[in-house]
Amino acid sequence: MSLADATLAAGYTLGDFLLVAAAGFAVLAVGMLYRAVVGPTMQDRVLAVNVLGTNTVVILAILGAALDEPTFLDIALVYALLNFLMAIAISKFTVERGGVL
Amino acid sequence: MSAAALETARVWLVVAVTLLGLFFTLVSMTGVLRLPDVYSRAHTASQADTLGAGFGLAAVALTVGLAGAGFKSVLLLFFIFLTNPTAAHAIARAAFEEGIVPWTEGDDRR
Repeated sequence: MSLADATLAAGYTLGDFLLVAAAGFAVLAVGMLYRAVVGPTMQDRVLAVNVLGTNTVVILAILGAALDEPTFLDIALVYALLNFLMAIAISKFTVERGGVL
Repeated sequence: MSAAALETARVWLVVAVTLLGLFFTLVSMTGVLRLPDVYSRAHTASQADTLGAGFGLAAVALTVGLAGAGFKSVLLLFFIFLTNPTAAHAIARAAFEEGIVPWTEGDDRR
């Protein structure tokens, strides 16, 4: 039995609370999508998508804890790696001579 | 302290840390939507990465426990701490090389 099954209040478990928290993170991520759509510069969009990716990693990890599925953490780890790679690659690609690191 | 009391304390600690993570992500989202230029947005986006994701993953680590897959979430936390400031730096530097001028007072950019 994991901690996610512990009773919080009146029949609701910690897992239920974590699911609601994941939904909250998702709502905030959708808010950041506005910046990715309107820009105005390329770097604004990359930045917004980068923050969105970090939010996705947190949502995946919280879902893994709430549903008691440890494999979700592996997926989150791979997602974080790809997210970093994407930000670096696009930053390098938009500058002519490279060398942004 | 008995084992049951210890578990109750851990449960409420998880709740508090998750709410802190949500709060800092909310602050960061407000900043990303409202601040005037890409450099100030890069600063507040890094805040979501460090404090928002930091508290969120700390709550996951507390829930799963070090006996389970908790060390993976600590690893994830360390990795995010390492890579996201680097990514924010690269993005800001790319913006500077593109010739985007930083916002100063009196500039009405949004």
